[in-house]
Amino acid sequence: MNGRVILGLVLRYIYIIRRSVPRIIEMLFWPMLDLLVWGFLTIYLQKINQDIPAAVTFLLGAMIFWDVLFRSQQGMTVSFLEDVWTKNIINVFVAPVRIREFLAATALVGLIKVTIIIVALTTVAFLLYGFNLTVIGWGLVPLFANLIVMGWGIGMVTTALIMRFGQAVEMLAWAIPFLFQPLSAVFYPVSVLPSWLQPLALCLPSTHVFEGMRDVLAHGGFPMHHLLWAMSLNVVFLLAEAWFFMWMYQSTREKGYLAKLGTQ
Amino acid sequence: MSESIVEIKNLRKEFGELVAIDDLSFNVGKGEIVGLLGANGAGKTTALSILLGLITPTSGTIRIFGRELEHNRVEVLRRMNFSSAYTSLPSNLRVEENLMVFARLYSISNARQKISELLELLEISHLRKRVSGRLSSGESARVNLCKSLLNDPELLLLDEPTASLDPDIADKVRKWLRQVQRERGIGMIYTSHNMRDVEEICDRVLFMQNGRIFAEGTPQSIVAQFHEKSLESLFIRVARSGDVEVIGEEAK
Repeated sequence: MNGRVILGLVLRYIYIIRRSVPRIIEMLFWPMLDLLVWGFLTIYLQKINQDIPAAVTFLLGAMIFWDVLFRSQQGMTVSFLEDVWTKNIINVFVAPVRIREFLAATALVGLIKVTIIIVALTTVAFLLYGFNLTVIGWGLVPLFANLIVMGWGIGMVTTALIMRFGQAVEMLAWAIPFLFQPLSAVFYPVSVLPSWLQPLALCLPSTHVFEGMRDVLAHGGFPMHHLLWAMSLNVVFLLAEAWFFMWMYQSTREKGYLAKLGTQ
Repeated sequence: MSESIVEIKNLRKEFGELVAIDDLSFNVGKGEIVGLLGANGAGKTTALSILLGLITPTSGTIRIFGRELEHNRVEVLRRMNFSSAYTSLPSNLRVEENLMVFARLYSISNARQKISELLELLEISHLRKRVSGRLSSGESARVNLCKSLLNDPELLLLDEPTASLDPDIADKVRKWLRQVQRERGIGMIYTSHNMRDVEEICDRVLFMQNGRIFAEGTPQSIVAQFHEKSLESLFIRVARSGDVEVIGEEAK
């Protein structure tokens, strides 16, 4: 891997974001809107039922955690789409850029976006609702890391699908992550799901992360058991997703779709 | 002919039942400008895309700089470049920013100086701080060319570089291309629907139809071979007849 090439691609995405006020607004607008809605909802829940004080932390924590996964995936896929939209993707693919360097760069962009959003969200959540995410302690880092890695994996899948089927399916960049939301038990425990669905939910790394988050917020401690599950599943998922990406990439080259991407 | 930098042998590309490239073989010498001519669907863009590694061939061999393309893609791409009328650089970035990004992708040392030299060569130094999306098509074409010369390529693939340019700018672009070819000894593969471009700039022309080369030679020799007034009249005859066998027989 050539670090200079990766930094070149990252620089290009940073230039694009820095030069576009709508993109900066978009990056922070939806997360902030989500935060406000969930924040006020939890305040309301607390008012009508004084017995569930932890609801604030559960719901706001879940919302912020979900955003980590979603924005990590978005950072990756939207970076690719930016090149398609600007008809620049061919220039990038005919440059001496290895596919793993391209993926590494988009993953890095995802990480940068997630970092910015998380800092903004946790600050506002603390100021408005007194929600302090750092009460989770050091467990926060591996929990976030697992969500970021899962987001990268989903990002690879959505990017591969857009590469293969063209801009007609670009809405998948926004839709696919939400397929995982009900099963990931983001805003409720896995036990709420029908018993036949629970084993399937527990096959997702994200489910273990959200279960781990709730465990720590409710009882403290370090969510080792959930983390081990999340990490192991992430390794399996990431390998499968990387294979899927390469398969789609090769298929795209064989069918000639890559040459047409972003030029029509 | 001078040392070959591109050697293509028995190249074939099928898309399902469609044969886009059929037993294509040709070489490009160092510093030679080869034109790929043909009507829409003749196979020239597919051939160019295969050479860029964007499309994998069904069979055949491609050696560029003596190296097999599929297994040495990045090493080969480092020594070549591409410019097309159908791609563009990100519109909200300044010209300088776009070029800096590509300088990094091609691992150019002393990028700023290189960019300044090229902007000066193409007479667009004044555009350095301009946002790419606000350039005219002529200016964009020159910025694209600037990007394609960043790595001092030994091989340049040009896909209709003068499309959508007015005759004055198209003429300038042809002159710049000739100039850099002379000064730097760059080999070029050039596709165009503009016969004037081809006649003026190409040392050799490969006339394609149905994925095959049916005529090869200097623009003048091809015109003479088919008893036509110009490449344009031959182009029209081939496009309308579609039967290159008959045209070939008539030429004899």
